[in-house]
Amino acid sequence: MAKPMKRVAPLWQSNEASIVVFVALVLTSWFLATHWFEVSPLLVPDPLSVFPRLAQLIVSMEWWDPLVVTASEVLSAFALSSVLGIALSFVLSRSVWWVKTFDPLLNGINAVPAILFFPLFALLFGLGPGSKIALGFTISFFPIVINTTSAFGRVQSIHLKAALCMGASKWQLLRFVLFPSAIPMILSGLRMGLTLAFLSVLGGETIASFNGLGHQIAESSQAMDSELMYAWILFVIAVSFTLNTLLSRLERLGGRGS
Amino acid sequence: MQSALKVCVLNPLDIAIEIKGVSHSFEGASGQSSPSSQELMALETTNLEIRRGELLSLIGPSGCGKSTLLNMMGGLLTPASGEVRVNGVQVSAPMPKTVSFVFQENALFPWNTILDNIVVALTFQCVPSSERLDLAHQALRAVGLSEFANYYPDQLSGGMRQRAALARALSLKTDIILMDEPFAALDEQTRMVLGEDLSTLLNQTGKTIVLVTHSLGEAVFLSDRIAVISARPGRVLEVIEVNEPHPRNPEFVTSLKFSELRNRLYELLHDEIRQTLSTQAMGTPTVGPHSSLASSRHG
Repeated sequence: MAKPMKRVAPLWQSNEASIVVFVALVLTSWFLATHWFEVSPLLVPDPLSVFPRLAQLIVSMEWWDPLVVTASEVLSAFALSSVLGIALSFVLSRSVWWVKTFDPLLNGINAVPAILFFPLFALLFGLGPGSKIALGFTISFFPIVINTTSAFGRVQSIHLKAALCMGASKWQLLRFVLFPSAIPMILSGLRMGLTLAFLSVLGGETIASFNGLGHQIAESSQAMDSELMYAWILFVIAVSFTLNTLLSRLERLGGRGS
Repeated sequence: MQSALKVCVLNPLDIAIEIKGVSHSFEGASGQSSPSSQELMALETTNLEIRRGELLSLIGPSGCGKSTLLNMMGGLLTPASGEVRVNGVQVSAPMPKTVSFVFQENALFPWNTILDNIVVALTFQCVPSSERLDLAHQALRAVGLSEFANYYPDQLSGGMRQRAALARALSLKTDIILMDEPFAALDEQTRMVLGEDLSTLLNQTGKTIVLVTHSLGEAVFLSDRIAVISARPGRVLEVIEVNEPHPRNPEFVTSLKFSELRNRLYELLHDEIRQTLSTQAMGTPTVGPHSSLASSRHG
């Protein structure tokens, strides 16, 4: 049982040092690879020319449009999968029998690599945002359902018994016992879902798309403009790092209980 | 409530809880009882009356059905046969306005502070929101936890948690409190001090209490009467009167009367406990309220 956290660590406190060291190592080896070992600039371009391209990209605001496209695809997919996922888990959790029946099924479906269906989605929904949303939804839905169902299943029976003995109505049971007890695990499921939605939308965009961050990476790769491709990759890494940091802060805040 | 009171006025002994011809077996409860179901018989036909305002302890070997009996009084379990009446009304479901529970395990909500735990309990009881906070503070004051109002249960010691659980039960203002081994998880010293506090507190409130306990000393120290339950299938072997005014102080523990009562309990229970141990050694599955409690704790 997750205990409520009493304190939120400052943004940069715990992992700061290790991250700085890691980034420094990566940059150094990148620099050495291009300057000492003369790896082909098509594969690994010189960081000294990639970073100016990145700066240029940021200043030009060319990232805004693809970012909006990708973000709206991710958020649509995530909104669908979290709302439908939590609703389905809640319905399933009403009955032990349903959980027992559907849990193995859900886990089984989750094990299917849903990226397989992307060509189908592209046929069904076109190369625009539709197919990315469908892919993001398919991949993020099951982890959310599985986590939420298990979160409801782990509500301790003694808490339910105590609440019933004190006269809790069905609604009160939900509001004051089931949800506060399950919320830390539901949140970690949602976090996983959002990360997966982001991942699969980006993947879908690199395979076939008209716009979006993944599209930009794929396009600059096809144009053999490795410097630009690396600049876009660095940009996406920065975006996902920001997203991840925000999410873990939110999760920790939510995990403290209502 | 009104009609219940009338019945009580009619009853000369003023009975709060009446257990009439109750028996229960865990197999029989769900359907056909096979000839071999004797082992799973949890309670043999049991009769017991609990007087208004008294503290009655149920004591007996593990798995003898004392928790089963308590759960029946609280409406958490329906007896296979016989009936349980609280204030003259047959029990069929929990009665949050009349009966509150203190459980052995930590039944406080870990996501709420202990103050909020009580506020939530009062919300369940439909207490107007303007009164909840005052009542909750009052309940915490009664058990001496005022300064810890904003602590979460896991920040408190086991003894303090059980005191908070007691405060929550008291705040519900029910006539009857059922306690299922409330001190079982605590160490000996804490139990003794909590026992004294409980004796003082209950003397002030005049509530009817049924306490399930394993501890002979605790039973003698706290009870007005002690119902000794036999090994499974459980039945009431004897009801012992303690006859000592409340609140009781530590001197009572060292008195001759205390040791005589304690010895009497030991005599009664000794053979029963031996019997339980020997049946367990023969590999009889332990079926009973304790197994379900244990599984819910780990689950």
